[in-house]
Amino acid sequence: MIDQASVPSLNPMFRLQWEPAQQAHVLLYPEGMVRLNGPAGEILARVDGQRPVERIIAELALKFPEAEGIDGDILEFLAEAAQQNWVQL
Amino acid sequence: MAGSSCNGAPSLEAVPSHGQPFWLLAELTYKCPLQCPYCSNPLDFAGHDGELSTAEWIEVFRQGRELGAVQLGFSGGEPLVRQDLIELIREARQLGYYSNLITSGVGLNERKVAEFREAGLDHIQVSFQAADDEVNAMLSGSKKAFEQKLRIAREVKAQGYPMVLNFVTHRHNIDRIDRIIELCVELQADYVELATCQYYGWAYENRQQLLPTRAQLERAERITNEYRDKLAAEGNPIQLIFVTPDYYEERPKGCMNGWGQVFLTVTPDGTALPCHSARMLPIEFPNVREQSLEQIWHRSTGFNHFRGDDWMQEPCRSCDEKEKDFGGCRCQAFMMTGDAAATDPVCSKSPHHDQIVSARRQAELGSIESEFIYRNERNSRVFYKG
Ligand SMILES: C[S@@+](CC[C@H](N)C(=O)[O-])C[C@H]1O[C@@H](n2cnc3c(N)ncnc32)[C@H](O)[C@@H]1O
Ligand code: SF4
Ligand code: SF4
Repeated sequence: MIDQASVPSLNPMFRLQWEPAQQAHVLLYPEGMVRLNGPAGEILARVDGQRPVERIIAELALKFPEAEGIDGDILEFLAEAAQQNWVQL
Repeated sequence: MAGSSCNGAPSLEAVPSHGQPFWLLAELTYKCPLQCPYCSNPLDFAGHDGELSTAEWIEVFRQGRELGAVQLGFSGGEPLVRQDLIELIREARQLGYYSNLITSGVGLNERKVAEFREAGLDHIQVSFQAADDEVNAMLSGSKKAFEQKLRIAREVKAQGYPMVLNFVTHRHNIDRIDRIIELCVELQADYVELATCQYYGWAYENRQQLLPTRAQLERAERITNEYRDKLAAEGNPIQLIFVTPDYYEERPKGCMNGWGQVFLTVTPDGTALPCHSARMLPIEFPNVREQSLEQIWHRSTGFNHFRGDDWMQEPCRSCDEKEKDFGGCRCQAFMMTGDAAATDPVCSKSPHHDQIVSARRQAELGSIESEFIYRNERNSRVFYKG
């Protein structure tokens, strides 16, 4: 279980950026790229080594008030991102 | 993807849609201080002078980014020979590329590794010839290169870059795969490319001295798998990438993910190619000095030549695997059959597959007496019939 007070940061081996040509956030690494879907991009864009998980959840809940169960989705994605080594918790 | 546009009158509707060049490979120069006999560069590189200027490269990068390219590779030859490399790095970063420096490490030093980082370089790939001084010197033609590579690899990690270490493997170094992997672990590589030699350019000329036996390969793959398990169990995030050699397969590789689908190479003199080896084909390729990258990618004959499958012959034409491997590699087909549109001889359905089988048999018989033809200017002039 992810502690809501923990502060996730992006693995410095990756670079996150918005790609206008693809209208998506992408994660870049040596000779490769992961294209992120909308929600994943919104979350990772807030993973900056400053914001704790609870703040990321609060910001996204405010931005997408109609999304139900958003905190569960965010926690699930962060766990997955840590598993993939994109994010350090 | 729709069929190729090579037939019929051109019209707007006939322009095939094939996405964007995701990868832009900038071969900045053919100059190189080393002389690897497995080098994939063209044999006649000495005949192609007239390198693009700094401003011309920057314009190529700008146009590439507009087309949607994300990854930019600086390669060659040895890209460090270009004195303007740092300027090109800075520009690449400003344009939003993820930039990769693909180097032998010769010509790098601590100061440059740091300056490149500051200029925005994202990643450095260092190639080694072998995991020990002696074999490395024999293959590279330089006695000092090995020590230099070790120093640079340590510095690359010290500066916080992601690092790929690349080893081209062949019969002279593949039996030391355990030592190669251990060296990579010690140097804290993030990714290791155990790149089985591909037989293009100089490697094709030296194939008899390079091609390993099946037993050598199988052993190397087994040991690699054992290390994968062991390293993963230790929690080491290092990734070992074992590139399988097509000479020991019955089906060809889906070369370049399809002709003109994701890769765009620009050579030192500005010739644009769908893969770094395509220059050898009897096809006219466009030059960035004469056309925009947009024209080159979408409309040039060179890039449209093998898009789709209208160009295919039997057995590919009626084969249900053609979507998977696109008939294999065009360069390999041309080198072995003299026909660039033929089925890649690696495929067991190819009428020329016996050439692959006899190369394997040769490998079993053992290395022959003849010496390597090293990749250098003097030898290249022999191949240049300009
Ligand atoms: C042509 S080199 C140019 C950059 C630089 N001189 C170097 O050797 O790293 C680009 C990459 O291709 C690899 N390479 C060269 N010849 C090859 C071959 N025949 N098969 C597979 N990889 C090859 C090199 O090890 C290097 O990583
Ligand atoms: S593979 Fe070897 S010879 Fe070829 S460009 Fe790289 S260092 Fe030079
Ligand atoms: S016949 Fe052609 S398309 Fe079919 S598997 Fe062989 S190379 Fe691929």
